[in-house]
Amino acid sequence: MGLPMTLLLPLTFLLPLAGTLILSISRGTLSERASAFVGVASIGLSALVTGLIFLQFLAGDGAPQTVTLWTWIAVGDFQPTIGLALDGLSLTMLGVITGVGFLIHLFAAWYMRGEEGITRFYAFMNLFVFSMILLVLGDNLLMLFLGWEGVGMCSYLLIGYYYQHSTNGWAAFKAFIVTRIGDVFLAIGMFLIFLELGTLNIAEILQRAPEVWARGDTMVELAALLILGGAMGKSAQLPLHTWLADAMAGPTPVSALIHAATMVTAGVYLIARMNGIFTLAPDVLYLVGVIGALTLLMAGFAALAQTDIKRVLAYSTMSQIGYMFLALGVGAFDAAIFHLMTHAFFKALLFLSAGAVIVSCHHEQDMSRLGGLWRRLPLAYAGFVIGGAALAALPLITAGFYSKDEILWQALASGNGGLLLAGLIGAFLTSLYTLRLIIGTFHGETKSDNARHAEAGRGLVHGLPLVVLAVLSTFLGAWLQPPLADVLPASPGEGVHAWHTALEIIASATALAGIALGAWLFLRRREWLARLAGQGWGARLWTLWNHAWGFDAFFDRLLVRPYRGLVRLLSGDPLDGLIGLSTRLAWLFNAGLTRTQTGKMRIYATSMVFGATLVLLVLVLGA
Amino acid sequence: MTLVWLILIPFIGGLLCWQAERWGEMAPRWIALGTMLLELLITLGLWWSGDYQLPAGAMAGAADGAAWAMEWRVPWIPRFGIDVHLALDGLSLVLIALTGFLGALAVLCSWTEIVRRVGFFHLNLLWILGGVVGVFLAIDLFLFFFFWEMMLVPMYFLIALWGHSGSDGKTRIATAAKFFIYTQASGLLMLVAILGLVFIHYTNTGEYSFSYEVLRNTPLSDGVAMWLMLGFFIAFAVKLPVVPLHGWLPDAHAQAPTAGSVDLAGILLKTAAYGMLRFAIPLFPEASQAFAPIAMGLGLVGIFYGAVMACGQHDIKRLIAYTSISHMGFVLIGIYSGSKLALQGVVALMVAHAFSAAALFILSGQIYERLGSRDMRKMGGLWGRMGSLSGFSLCFVMASLGMPGTANFVGEFMVLFGTFGVAPWVVVIASAGLVLAAVYSLILMQRAHYGPSRDEQRFADFDRREYAMMLSLLALVLFFGLYPQPLLDTTASAMSQVQQIFSVADANAATTLLTGAR
Repeated sequence: MGLPMTLLLPLTFLLPLAGTLILSISRGTLSERASAFVGVASIGLSALVTGLIFLQFLAGDGAPQTVTLWTWIAVGDFQPTIGLALDGLSLTMLGVITGVGFLIHLFAAWYMRGEEGITRFYAFMNLFVFSMILLVLGDNLLMLFLGWEGVGMCSYLLIGYYYQHSTNGWAAFKAFIVTRIGDVFLAIGMFLIFLELGTLNIAEILQRAPEVWARGDTMVELAALLILGGAMGKSAQLPLHTWLADAMAGPTPVSALIHAATMVTAGVYLIARMNGIFTLAPDVLYLVGVIGALTLLMAGFAALAQTDIKRVLAYSTMSQIGYMFLALGVGAFDAAIFHLMTHAFFKALLFLSAGAVIVSCHHEQDMSRLGGLWRRLPLAYAGFVIGGAALAALPLITAGFYSKDEILWQALASGNGGLLLAGLIGAFLTSLYTLRLIIGTFHGETKSDNARHAEAGRGLVHGLPLVVLAVLSTFLGAWLQPPLADVLPASPGEGVHAWHTALEIIASATALAGIALGAWLFLRRREWLARLAGQGWGARLWTLWNHAWGFDAFFDRLLVRPYRGLVRLLSGDPLDGLIGLSTRLAWLFNAGLTRTQTGKMRIYATSMVFGATLVLLVLVLGA
Repeated sequence: MTLVWLILIPFIGGLLCWQAERWGEMAPRWIALGTMLLELLITLGLWWSGDYQLPAGAMAGAADGAAWAMEWRVPWIPRFGIDVHLALDGLSLVLIALTGFLGALAVLCSWTEIVRRVGFFHLNLLWILGGVVGVFLAIDLFLFFFFWEMMLVPMYFLIALWGHSGSDGKTRIATAAKFFIYTQASGLLMLVAILGLVFIHYTNTGEYSFSYEVLRNTPLSDGVAMWLMLGFFIAFAVKLPVVPLHGWLPDAHAQAPTAGSVDLAGILLKTAAYGMLRFAIPLFPEASQAFAPIAMGLGLVGIFYGAVMACGQHDIKRLIAYTSISHMGFVLIGIYSGSKLALQGVVALMVAHAFSAAALFILSGQIYERLGSRDMRKMGGLWGRMGSLSGFSLCFVMASLGMPGTANFVGEFMVLFGTFGVAPWVVVIASAGLVLAAVYSLILMQRAHYGPSRDEQRFADFDRREYAMMLSLLALVLFFGLYPQPLLDTTASAMSQVQQIFSVADANAATTLLTGAR
């Protein structure tokens, strides 16, 4: 104990970086086991350091601590540093990243057995953790942006991990480009904030913003809107959400770590971190809530009509992040972060359990070819049930109940009835698709040979992460209250308790009703459902939801095809042709003059006489 | 005298290489490498010993006499006031160091590629570099023009004698001729502008002078200043290149030998930016100020046009060439923003682009050596079959799309941050170019390195020479990405001088407006 923060804080990200460096310098000379060891150990050590930091932070007075390593760029008053800041918010994020991250890395050692390029896998995973930690620890926007782009790059690399299939490559491409569109908004937001406030340091921004901007000032609304653009891209919110479902092309631990627990929640972190800007911009803050509500409904319906278990989970992730945005939108920043944490637990559990199913069933992940697995894969089944219960927010016993209930309560307390209604409908949908997922995967008849020959995973590496995450997904996980009181502004529902119990009962009833309906529909009325989805408007609705409301096709028409057309149109470099005109003119002139060179005396003589006459005429008439 | 040696060393080294061929083909390579390393060492020595961080107070007097760190002057043609006048400040120092480093890399990457007429090849290579160093040092306009034209001839030979034929059937001779005519014709405009300036000075004072410092204070009417400025600007715009004057670049890049591409992208393009910073703006501040919106607009066109064109290429070297056009758009915007932050960003971006583009060209050359093709339709699935090559490609592709942590990010974002206060809409539009940068960069990765492999053939991994080149480039990109300060401090005084000139012009324009006089 008593190690200085200047050492501990950098260690959290230097250890994963060291892992990346060792793995990439080894250039495939390390054995699979050694690579996995380096990859897992680096994150394990980082988690330990985080634990130490946590203890020290709790022992202290809770004041933010900053460590400045060096000045990154210094020109005039543009002085961003390589600086770190630790407060309750970044500590919570740090705990989720290294803790959940470690469990996922450990599980990956089981999942990735026998795969080609394990060294590359762990090198990228460690690099991801490194970037993610920089994102949450950076004390200025440029540092945050460094981590922000870094996690995007690692996400790109890991989605495209199985590079031999070009579809995976294009999925990775799409993820990077769509999030980059959001990043550009964030970048412009940074330019604006620096111009207006003269600093990029987050603490100074939050301090100066109320001095410079009045509440509702156009500039602050604009700045908040631009930051929101960045958050929407990274957190897969409408309309920049289209990349997340395709991102499931990566290995399942990647989906668990990057596309469920950490990176996709970076947008929530960003908005919570810049809370001072958003509270000055009430219109944009309301917009955050609306976007969250729309996304959670859109993704909830889409999740109902997927057959790939990972795609169900992907849409469910969008939907849950929608809840976090909703919470941010009503000003309940701490409720958003709390849900971020519990969601990291139960969604990581669900993804890892899905990974266990997928590997056990010889890489079969389509529900229409699974089913009846609960006896063969008891641990994965337990993971799905506990994780699913937390996702559906079953009352009292699950972590998800406490965090989601808090969000709905804050929506009510702030007087946003519409958002509350969206949240309740979303809760109903969540129960419905969760049950469909569990029943489709584990109950009913087994629909393929791959599933019939399922072999349950064994060993500590496989079991430990599932068990720990399962425990954290119950009410025990909800006991971990993030230390946010000093960082985030008070929520609208603070100190008010009227109607709270009533809302809890309504929310619980909604979740239970969804489960009851789901059990009835998917266990008893399966044929009827299949018939319904097979014809008429039922089929059309199925297609619409299966394609997640057709956003992909829309953007394809709106952006991708016109751009391709433009590329094709310009493929001959027309502007170069413009300059080429002069060459062609010279050739033309040359050809014309060449033609006069006939070698016939008569023509030469005629043209000389003609020319001489012309000259004389000009001289006579001109004079 | 050191300055003279900086120019002479490459020329002498080139002659030695030429003659050394009689001792076998290894001799010219080693001599050329030694020459460039010597050049680099001398420059680093100057960097180490000199003081380029002039105090801020000295800037006030900068308007009447530039503060050079080193100067060397002898009369050349006294009748016309032409001197051999060389001077060095932080900006030229950085660019000469870059020339030395990339020159050494150019020699190294031709180590196995060039097997015909090795001696004469290195003569040309080193003479290009000698000419470039001359451009960076000359501040007599006549001498500057001399070096400016001089670097073209060996480049012409490099493409014409050792180049490849183009993917569209263009011969290397045709490409070399195109390159030569473009730059020669634009150089002519610059010569006219120089002579115009000198004659105006002569009518005013009755004295001939080509001296930069003398001519800087020539009073000009607005119209004349604009025309003369355009003469300089077009010459530099062809070299940078600015769309639509870029036509020579993709052809020259695609068909030049690797060393030629490295020199072109890494150094020759930078002479144009240097020319704008050193001559076009200081000689014609008001005209430049008035011209700035157009220049920034051209920069925007370049960013998008280059990016869209890059997406449609099949030839990997043409793709990289078009990305250069796109990146130089940012440079152009930064130069004409007149903000100190953006100008410093221009320096960082020039250095960063030199590293990343050079690395990508070297990597394409290495793919060509192994695969025998530059056509991306014949690639695919190279990852895992070319050893570390794909991994390094990934690193430099990321640098090229401006990933934070690389020097390219520092440069681009300083330009954008700095320009935002001056021209916010330009920055907003230019930022959208960052998305397109990601598109073309990742298309390169996807087409060449990902996807199914065409066959099981495995290729040779890097040897030690190739590793050394790539690692040193990567280390520099990351170092200047995380700690660009040594670079920024060195060029700070030179850049704040340009900024001063710009803002004085701004103030003058404002007073003209107010008083209505002039």
